[in-house]
Amino acid sequence: MSTIQKINRRDFVKIFGLTSTGIILGCSISSDNKNFLPIADGNTFSPNLFIEIHKDGKIILISSRSEMGQGIKTSLTSAIADELEADWSYISVKQAIGHEKYGNQNTDGSRSVRTILEPMRKMGAAAKMMLISTAAKKWNISERDCKAENHYVINTKTNEKIFYGDLVELASKVEIPADETIKLKKVADFKYIGKTLKSIDLTDFTHGTAKYGMDIRIPNMKFAAIARCPVTFGTVKSVESSNAEKILGVEKVIQLDRIVPPVGQFFGALGGVAVIANNTWSAFQGKLSLNIEWNYGENQTFDTEKFKEVLTKRVHEKGKLVPGSIGNVSKAFDDASKVIEATYHVPFLVHTPMEVPNATAWFQEDKVEVWAPLQDPQTARAEIAHFFEIPIEKITVNVTFLGGGFGRKSKSDFVVEAVALSKKINAPVQVVWTREDDVKHSFYHATSVQYLKGSIDKNGLVSGWLQRVAMPSIVSSFKPMSDYASGFELGQGFTNNPYLIENFRLENVKAEAKLRIGWMRSVVHIHSGFANNSFVDELAFAAQKDPVQFHLDLIGDDRIIGGKSNHPYDSKRMKNVLNDTAKNAKWGRKLPENHGIGIAIHYSFYSYVATAVEVSLINNKVKVEHIWTTIDCGLVLNKDNVINQLEGAAIFGMSLALFGKITTKEGAVEQNNFFDYPMTRMKHAPKITVHIIDNMSKPPTGVGEPGVPLIAPAICNAIFNATGIRIRQIPLIDQGFDFE
Amino acid sequence: MKANLSINGKEYSIDAPEEIPFLWAIRDIVGLTGTKFGCGVAQCGACSILVDGILVKSCSIPLSFGIGKEITTIEGTSENLEFLRKAWHEGNVPQCGYCQSGQLIAATALLDQISNPTDQEIEDAMSSNICRCGTYVRIKKAIHKAVALKNN
Ligand code: FES
Ligand code: FES
Repeated sequence: MSTIQKINRRDFVKIFGLTSTGIILGCSISSDNKNFLPIADGNTFSPNLFIEIHKDGKIILISSRSEMGQGIKTSLTSAIADELEADWSYISVKQAIGHEKYGNQNTDGSRSVRTILEPMRKMGAAAKMMLISTAAKKWNISERDCKAENHYVINTKTNEKIFYGDLVELASKVEIPADETIKLKKVADFKYIGKTLKSIDLTDFTHGTAKYGMDIRIPNMKFAAIARCPVTFGTVKSVESSNAEKILGVEKVIQLDRIVPPVGQFFGALGGVAVIANNTWSAFQGKLSLNIEWNYGENQTFDTEKFKEVLTKRVHEKGKLVPGSIGNVSKAFDDASKVIEATYHVPFLVHTPMEVPNATAWFQEDKVEVWAPLQDPQTARAEIAHFFEIPIEKITVNVTFLGGGFGRKSKSDFVVEAVALSKKINAPVQVVWTREDDVKHSFYHATSVQYLKGSIDKNGLVSGWLQRVAMPSIVSSFKPMSDYASGFELGQGFTNNPYLIENFRLENVKAEAKLRIGWMRSVVHIHSGFANNSFVDELAFAAQKDPVQFHLDLIGDDRIIGGKSNHPYDSKRMKNVLNDTAKNAKWGRKLPENHGIGIAIHYSFYSYVATAVEVSLINNKVKVEHIWTTIDCGLVLNKDNVINQLEGAAIFGMSLALFGKITTKEGAVEQNNFFDYPMTRMKHAPKITVHIIDNMSKPPTGVGEPGVPLIAPAICNAIFNATGIRIRQIPLIDQGFDFE
Repeated sequence: MKANLSINGKEYSIDAPEEIPFLWAIRDIVGLTGTKFGCGVAQCGACSILVDGILVKSCSIPLSFGIGKEITTIEGTSENLEFLRKAWHEGNVPQCGYCQSGQLIAATALLDQISNPTDQEIEDAMSSNICRCGTYVRIKKAIHKAVALKNN
């Protein structure tokens, strides 16, 4: 819950290095997730969200989240502005620096809106109450005869009004309202929340003035490129750098040891050979001119093609039983009128945000400053403190705009590299990854092989479901020898699929990690969403039922699971989005020749999503014609932002369905750049129709990720519908399809 | 080598390695960072600029190619670019924003050539620009919108 308190201005300036003229409100938030308690600063109250209201009426919000395209800044600002009855044009946002006082700043798991909405609204409401109370005193009337509207307090009796800015000075002497007296607006009275708001950064985006990590410039800074071993965790045996040193602009070549993270936390850095130059290009050229002999190490034998065979073999044998399995699948299979089996495969994938990983660091004697596009600046700060033995309060992490994150920029290895190099060369330095570095040395989205066996009873309903999952775990990046998917990973659509099945058995199958594994937009849901929706489609076909009706039957009775949690699963909401999508796509209509339509549903990040896809095929040439997505994500802060996110999720999902694939040979990633790790382009883009269920009374849930996992299975189901060809492996480009 | 450049109507004198691609000369030496690096191999369009009005991927042309020519980057302006900006704002196009410098420059080049492009023409022209955030639908709409704004 939030506690709101005026901040002693001197303290504020001292702590945060800001100057301002007006009142500053700070509040302390703890989120609904127990892992993200705000960190208290000794005995003193430690606020982590701030609004400054200036005498000229300007309102500045200090945003504690990294901006990476989900429009979070704009969304959260709308919450404050709404409760504060502010005029939108007076509001601006400053990005907070990485500091524990700002609470948890990690921007992933579609968590931001969920966790800080209420404190944001309360802050706005409290500020409004203070302004009203100030005006009432001035007029010598009751607060009840005042109302706030569009940056003014109005005397409802006389219609006199006072501008917010003119109240600031006196308002600073007013008591902060007690938490329990703060009243929030009703949904019907929202002016900004749930409406269409434009990004507050538009002007910067369209004039090239938004400063991303790579745009940071510090006097006398150097640029660095690092050659890393092609095989994960390989080391430098020897390096011959004379050619590199001859390149104009190259200043130095430095060997960088691997920075090994302690077990259980942090990411460290891979190490390699760094070329320091006075511009990025010379550093890149220098890197290409190095002659390095590597010790490849034990991962040298890793070959994804062979690994897939190994996993495929393993999923056809018994795995470890996962808790949550119920009933007796063997009996269900014995009693069934039909039993079907299928094996699904998703390859390794990589994020490739448009802005490559990069960081600028300046290590000066006893302090460090960093500028970087970070999804999790606090981990970056903690890593610096740990690896370089600098007290945490001597480390400043400035979060720049992010040119896309998708999970890649929540790992701060590139920051650690920059700090290590700055320390060595005694100057500010910007480490820039080439696109090839990004593709070849990432924290990859894991591959998976899944085996499914299901049965249909005599009524044509699913009676048994056996699922074996082999997938290298993200935990392996923190704890070596983590050879099975962890509980939290299986909790992403496997142990909690949206279906009602009497006999359900889930088995976990061994899968070693030989690449660094990380999370990518929608994470494990990509695997569960693909296999579950593909298999349900197969079962529907076997049962000779319409896939939408079959899905509805499988979701089953209205029920709420986990009633005590803040976000219980509600099967009615799942069916509702499915029906809505089916209606929008005019499911059941006669399709043009060579067209097919497919459906998928998924529950992730507490949001309910259904997607229908229509494709056309001429020979093997696939065109995704239209994608319809419906989401129920509870309270919507910014409608247009949700739509934009889901349009983006459709394109992101298409990229992985059509093209996405990272492979290795002898331990080294084979792909290089967008020519062999292709993206969806405008010519592939379908019509996209997004519909948001109006459910403003429910708490807000994720929007950035939940749209992704449905795209691949819905496309594959549509291809089956058009051709009768069942696709159990992505990407489609490897299955004989083409998109040009 | 020493080079005199004319970028967005302003003159710059710089000293840079001879083969440096134009992208890095403007970003790291001139100091105009609005033009972005996305791939370095002419695959993504993030680095798009106009050289004497012609659309060029600046990661893949040497500095010398721009000498004596009029360069327009996202920091610059032109009639079509301004209409496109307006349309971009109206359509709330960007997500992370990173690719949008290149998208706007590529769209400017398109409207400079074809004053009222069809969907097909837009797709053909814009498919060399990648947007990992997936704003294609909005970009296409905004280009039509810019045409409409201009004709009004
Ligand atoms: S950076 Fe030039 S096309 Fe990608
Ligand atoms: S808006 Fe992010 S890459 Fe296009």
